[in-house]
Amino acid sequence: MSDTKIKITDLHKAFGRKVVLDGVDLEIKKGESLVVIGGSGTGKSVLIKCIQGILTPDKGSILVDDEEVVGVSEKEKEKLHSKMGMLFQGGALFDSLSVWENVAFGLLENKKMDKKNAKMEAIRVLRQVGLAPDVADLSPSELSGGMQKRVGLARAIATRPEIIFFDEPTTGLDPIMSDVINGLIIESVKGLGATALTITHDMASARKIADRIAMLYKGKIIWQGTVKELDKTNNEYVRQFINGSSEGPIKVEV
Amino acid sequence: MIQKFLRKLGKPLVKFFSSLGELSIFVIRSVANCFMPPFYIRNFLRQVMDIGFYSLPVVGLTTIFAGMVIAIQSYSGFSRFGAESAVASVVLISVTRELAPVLSALMVAGRIGAAMAAEIGTMRVTEQIDALTTLSTNPYKYLITPRIVAAVIVLPLLVLIGDVIGIFGGYVVGVYQLGFNPANYIKSTIDNLEALDITTGVVKAAVFGFIIAVMGCYNGFKSKGGAQGVGDATTNAVVSSSILILIFNYIITGMFFSK
Ligand SMILES: Nc1ncnc2c1ncn2[C@@H]1O[C@H](COP(=O)(O)OP(=O)(O)OP(=O)(O)O)[C@@H](O)[C@H]1O
Ligand SMILES: [Mg+2]
Repeated sequence: MSDTKIKITDLHKAFGRKVVLDGVDLEIKKGESLVVIGGSGTGKSVLIKCIQGILTPDKGSILVDDEEVVGVSEKEKEKLHSKMGMLFQGGALFDSLSVWENVAFGLLENKKMDKKNAKMEAIRVLRQVGLAPDVADLSPSELSGGMQKRVGLARAIATRPEIIFFDEPTTGLDPIMSDVINGLIIESVKGLGATALTITHDMASARKIADRIAMLYKGKIIWQGTVKELDKTNNEYVRQFINGSSEGPIKVEV
Repeated sequence: MIQKFLRKLGKPLVKFFSSLGELSIFVIRSVANCFMPPFYIRNFLRQVMDIGFYSLPVVGLTTIFAGMVIAIQSYSGFSRFGAESAVASVVLISVTRELAPVLSALMVAGRIGAAMAAEIGTMRVTEQIDALTTLSTNPYKYLITPRIVAAVIVLPLLVLIGDVIGIFGGYVVGVYQLGFNPANYIKSTIDNLEALDITTGVVKAAVFGFIIAVMGCYNGFKSKGGAQGVGDATTNAVVSSSILILIFNYIITGMFFSK
């Protein structure tokens, strides 16, 4: 067994004429926390959705545990998903279900846990992300944005997945709440021994949770390295991005 | 010149056939999933309540007034031939064969088709459907199948209830407004009662239920682009299912009665 968890080779994805991913190569090791940074609309969410098989890439290969996932059957995708958890950019909580039913969804539907145990487990995970048990019976729409993120996080980790995806976990939160979420991500990933792929353009968050950082630009990974290497790099694109400057090689079309 | 014309013609044509293909694949997948476990009983029961129970007032009002109107119209029409005694059987036949199934289906299309498109469309644009997938749950089985099965089972029941209420509406007008003898009116209704009238209405209702659920789910499922996309999906669901109901009403009527 190699120690590579996910290996992406030459991944292409276009929507109509719009090329989003144009040859992405990326490797994530077991137990590693990789952060992908990049501007808005560069295809970070599309990249995650390709790995999960929600979108089908036009070309290229994605290996998870040395097994190809591009073009496999629905049945195998379901098996693949049972190893994965995902925190969605917009939360994507089921608004027809209560908070605890959201968190316990994977346990009830797939692990066939009975209702009572699933609810107890959901409350335990909610407490783990800092939410009181009385939140459990509320509806997601009654929660604040930060609380919804926490519930999303709880749902992502409740099935104890081997791989967890975080799509912009801190966007739209105040700096303190962001730091709380960062802490929770680190805790839950380390606690589960999971492999994590996080997408963000929040550099503070990236520095805190990353073992390694990769930058996506114009459909390709143009740089990758550790946080230490990030501060020393001469790559002008990366420097411009982390300094948040409008001047440099990256041109924003307005 | 000709090339330009063909190109103009081709684009919408290609679009039409590709969405027709998309719809067919959607229908096949949804139907196939009706027969494969897991079954989400709780979702199914919720739909039965939504489609069936909560539609009762609407269906009741629609059919009672339809029955009342048909009684007045046939009375005034048939009095020209001195055939007023046919009122009871005309009410019976028009309510069971046409009015109850078609009007109920159109009302339910407005109520339920729109709700399905809006709910599933919102789930699509807020990524809840992707979230289902990542939780190893097949969205067809979880969302679409319960709705289709519930609609196909419940609409015939609604129509049976509508039949009774519609005939009752005709009876009320016949007896209290047009002065028929109650016993004669009832006798004439029962004498003319034929199984075929009821069956065709029920068959129609099942088909209409399928159309409403499929168009509602399909339009919601493929909606994109935020609130506006969901709004469009809702409109499309209601318009397309209403038109399909009228077309299939003609086709089914033709299959049963044109000889
Ligand atoms: N289903 C889709 N159909 C058509 N175009 C899409 C679809 N999904 C994404 N795109 C396009 O792909 C591009 C990349 O989108 P994506 O959501 O991956 O951006 P992102 O990097 O996650 O940006 P952000 O940081 O704002 O979330 C966008 O231009 C978007 O318009
Ligand atoms: Mg994104």
